[in-house]
Amino acid sequence: MEKHLSSQFDNELSGISTRVLEMGGLVESQVAQAIYALTHFSGETASTVLIGEERVNQMEMGIDADLSTIIARRQPTARDLRLLIAISKTIGNLERVGDEAARIARTVQRLINTGVSSRLRLPVGDVSFEASLATASLRKALDAFARLDTQVALEVIKSDNEIDAEFDGLMRKLITYMMEDPRTISASIDLVFVAKAIERVGDHAKNLAEQVIYIVKGTDVRHNSVDVVESLVK
Amino acid sequence: MDTKVQTPQEARVKLAVKNLNFYYGKFHALKNVNMELPENKVTAFIGPSGCGKSTLLRTFNRMFELYPEQRAEGQILLDGSDILKTKEDVSLIRARVGMVFQKPTPFPMSIYENIAFGVRLFENLSRTEMDERVEWALKKAALWNEVKDKLNQSGSGLSGGQQQRLCIARGIAIKPEVLLLDEPCSALDPISTGKIEELIHELKNDYTVLIVTHNMQQAARCSDYTAYMYLGELIEFGATTDIFMKPKRTETEDYITGRFG
Repeated sequence: MEKHLSSQFDNELSGISTRVLEMGGLVESQVAQAIYALTHFSGETASTVLIGEERVNQMEMGIDADLSTIIARRQPTARDLRLLIAISKTIGNLERVGDEAARIARTVQRLINTGVSSRLRLPVGDVSFEASLATASLRKALDAFARLDTQVALEVIKSDNEIDAEFDGLMRKLITYMMEDPRTISASIDLVFVAKAIERVGDHAKNLAEQVIYIVKGTDVRHNSVDVVESLVK
Repeated sequence: MDTKVQTPQEARVKLAVKNLNFYYGKFHALKNVNMELPENKVTAFIGPSGCGKSTLLRTFNRMFELYPEQRAEGQILLDGSDILKTKEDVSLIRARVGMVFQKPTPFPMSIYENIAFGVRLFENLSRTEMDERVEWALKKAALWNEVKDKLNQSGSGLSGGQQQRLCIARGIAIKPEVLLLDEPCSALDPISTGKIEELIHELKNDYTVLIVTHNMQQAARCSDYTAYMYLGELIEFGATTDIFMKPKRTETEDYITGRFG
């Protein structure tokens, strides 16, 4: 992108974009750790996630404050304005990804505290697979943001269906578990919430990708079918 | 660069510019400008110094004719009739197309006379009617309350912002159809600027307002349409919200975002 006459403004914009990416990296690792805590029944890792959650919240507030300052001082227009509006929405989404990670971590702690882990066989492997799809989407959306690449953003939007399908499959599996062995009901319901949390991470990744398209094209592609979005991007 | 007519939709066209070229001697200052300016709207002209925006504004009331060696070719249609070709007295055109300049230029006479002077050139009003007209113009220009007790004092005794509003009052007193504002706020403080911008907003109910400004935020704040000019060409013309949110041309975007080097 061509530079502004004011190099200070350039620094502010690139600085805030970098911090969004940092925050993105942090929440991505929060989700990965929460899933690790689940698959390894690690209470320690779950606690680390809950501590990290506080940092995510602080980053969101910090970036928000900087956004206000830049808008007040620079009166941005056109793609600069779109970038800042998109960042405002992006960090909201990232913060909620952080919330989902924390939700998973708390579930892990509860499972461990009730002693479920050692006695029951649960499909945590499937949950882990769904999570790998969601975190990959999130990483890709952040890449798309870093490079303002609408093609990558489009791929993220397209791949959200896979995560949704995986979630549906996992639901069916958990229902089967519960029917076969009622002792697994409590833990299975916990896993349903975990699976839902992961599915939400995928949704947030999709939202991020939509914001990337908004920055680059100036078109709001939310609430459109994938086909429509694809035609708008091209 | 395309030269097709760039027209915001909806409103009725007050001024239509067709294939307008302007020369300062040999210098080609406006290059084939085509645009249609909507009635009762505020259109802002932005662009770097020397891009031709003031030149364009000065063709709308043939102000350029005050100087030798300046000539305009093409058409400027005011309600459909070409003001460049008309046999009509140029002062009558200027009565229909009023102008306010960058620096406040009150006449060296009383506040009252500043306004009455122009009106007398075109209309024969009784004393009472003239009093009413002066009051009306000063009220329109949001200056009445500040000067009503000192109408006989000199206009140059007012503050810069008041002087500029006096010039606007003078401009609207003869009830023009179009009001040209050439950088009306560049010499004013933010409070006076705010008052004039508010005034511009009011004025568009009755007039077609064209404003040249170097202050992009001012264009964004107070205009309905914005035209971006560069090196004598009209680059983009459209609704202000579109120009400032999502301009069509990269050149426009680079200029309004401050990337123009």
